[in-house]
Amino acid sequence: MMQAIRRRLWAFHGGVHPVQHKHVSTERPIQRPRLPRRIVLPLHQHIGEPADIVVKVGDHVLKGQAVAHASGYVSAPVHAPTSGTVVEIGEAPIPHPSGLTAPCIVIEPDGEDRWIEHGPVENYRELAPSALRNIIREAGIVGLGGAGFPTYIKLNPGHAKAIDTLILNGVECEPYITCDDMLMRERAAEIVSGLEIVAHALQARESVIAIEDNKPEAFHAMQEACKDIPDMSVVQVPTMYPSGDSKLLAKIVTGKEVPSDKLSIHIGLTCVNVGTVYAVHRAIHHGEPLLSRIVTVTGKAVDQACNVEALIGTPMDELIRQCDGNVSRIERLIMGGPMMGFALHRADLPIIKTTNCIIAATAAELQPPRPVMPCIRCGACSDACPANLLPQQLYWFAKTKDVEKAQEYNLFDCIECGACSYVCPSNIPLVQYFRYAKGDVWTREREKEKSEIARRRHESRQKRLEREKAEREAKRQQKKSAVDPAAMAEKGQSEAAAAMQRAEARRDAALREAEKHRTEGRPRPPTEPAEPRNGDAE
Amino acid sequence: MLAAIIALTVLAAVFGVILGFAAIRFKVEGDPMVDRIDALLPQTQCGQCGFPGCRPYAEGIIAGKADINQCAPGGEATILALADLLDREPKPLNPDNGVEKPKSVAVIDELRCIGCTLCIQACPVDAIVGAAKHMHTVVAEECTGCNLCLPPCPVDCIAMVPVKQDIQVWKWPYPDQKVVGQAL
Repeated sequence: MMQAIRRRLWAFHGGVHPVQHKHVSTERPIQRPRLPRRIVLPLHQHIGEPADIVVKVGDHVLKGQAVAHASGYVSAPVHAPTSGTVVEIGEAPIPHPSGLTAPCIVIEPDGEDRWIEHGPVENYRELAPSALRNIIREAGIVGLGGAGFPTYIKLNPGHAKAIDTLILNGVECEPYITCDDMLMRERAAEIVSGLEIVAHALQARESVIAIEDNKPEAFHAMQEACKDIPDMSVVQVPTMYPSGDSKLLAKIVTGKEVPSDKLSIHIGLTCVNVGTVYAVHRAIHHGEPLLSRIVTVTGKAVDQACNVEALIGTPMDELIRQCDGNVSRIERLIMGGPMMGFALHRADLPIIKTTNCIIAATAAELQPPRPVMPCIRCGACSDACPANLLPQQLYWFAKTKDVEKAQEYNLFDCIECGACSYVCPSNIPLVQYFRYAKGDVWTREREKEKSEIARRRHESRQKRLEREKAEREAKRQQKKSAVDPAAMAEKGQSEAAAAMQRAEARRDAALREAEKHRTEGRPRPPTEPAEPRNGDAE
Repeated sequence: MLAAIIALTVLAAVFGVILGFAAIRFKVEGDPMVDRIDALLPQTQCGQCGFPGCRPYAEGIIAGKADINQCAPGGEATILALADLLDREPKPLNPDNGVEKPKSVAVIDELRCIGCTLCIQACPVDAIVGAAKHMHTVVAEECTGCNLCLPPCPVDCIAMVPVKQDIQVWKWPYPDQKVVGQAL
């Protein structure tokens, strides 16, 4: 307690104070929704490679059984969240800003909710760090704060890196979202237990639980839960969007800034989300893989906004209906918060590992579309930018698609928090431009790689064609010169001469014969042997 | 007076030797600008620019025989990059050289393919595999979508199919410039 009060905090540049709208979903405890009729599990719910399917249509799967394995280092497996039958494997719409489909496994629950054999790890402190990481990897745990980065990789600081401070991110700075808040209020002991595991895996010197000061209940619950644990403290950070960003939170808690092209681990810090450590606790102390998560279901289109512990793969519209929502009233369905989330194209999309919140907004709740006006260079965006960038400059470069210049102005340090768009008096969708520009850079890089391959293939083909031509030429030459040309010519000449001689001899013979016939008065023989055409033998 | 003349002569001789040596030692073979332009081109080798490949087009630009707006597969991005490199004004794609289309790959209808190998000979990047009187197929990964295999096919069994969008390569679109309605 004393430590928490004494701990010094730092401030970051900029930030905004959007209207919170948080209380609407904290009135009721975390609900357990009914078992869904259909579960859709996308294979790509995390950053990295999509998982590899290991089941086929018709297979019966048990709760907690892996249906897809991690397919590389940066990947995560997917598990069946309840027992049932695999009814479909194929493309299905997923919650993604593009509205595209992606490979999914569809499970029809059998209602029994029968577990696969599983059990807790007896004493995780005796395990080697790599074994501990492997359990977390096999449990399919990824960052549940929204990024979806595989957690086990985060727990591998490498050889030289010592983790000084492990920060538990309970800030939850985006409006509407309360899933971490409710989890901390209700399951503080489990979260602390998970944090201990992560701290052990990282051999962190100290753990700091950071909670925004608009969540006093969560703060007190967490403080109560960790009061007897050494090297663990809880701090209240001022309410300010976007202090929940991991790099900004590192600055707030330790005063250290993460360099532009580095990660927080490079300066001895690691930030994990509340939901993630809770999942780690379930994996180690109960042997349960990541099968469900807390999702805030809110917005004016639901009458009973609350947090639900939803199975991964549950259709969103089922959750909305169970919160007394009316799907037809939804004007826009948003996954994530209003600042960084994105609009979904339909309501029957599955909850995935990174779905922290769904906002079913009615038309009245949304701001009416406002016309975009020219930039007046007021600088409000750069005052608000927590990454210390110059959004007004970046905007020019992104707008004219000059991505090189945008990169010179540190486009990739933009955390896409949307504070710039929020404050812009001209309603310019600045963050959209930056997202576009980032995507453009990645696309160009990919295309460059592809064109490099095409160039090499074309060049080697040209070389091959030239070589083949040269080979053909050489072969022809070789055929020509297989016999010595001089000897060939001589031989030809001698043959011709011999033929001439033979012909002459025959003609002479014929002449003589004719002479003989004429003198002897005998008839001419019917065959004319030599030079039949010119007939000079007559 | 004399000392000055001698000094200048000696200096001129010394620098002459250095420059002469440098001219031989550091001689650049070919035009490096062609390489830099070639690096910006999409390497489809499609010939839509009127030159028999990307490198000849790059040489054409340097020789003043071609403008920077003739590469249809590269489209706007390539024109902007070329304009930036050559310090020229960007201009829209020349419609004589085609239009910017979504990226596509050739797909051979394998039931109709008679195995004539004509497309294999036409492919500039060796992305078609097959043998005489055997079915051919396109290695989609390597296909640049240049369309060069279409004309030689005697049975018209090759079609250009747009590359399917997936979430791995999807990118945010260019923002709508007129209205915004993102925040709640």
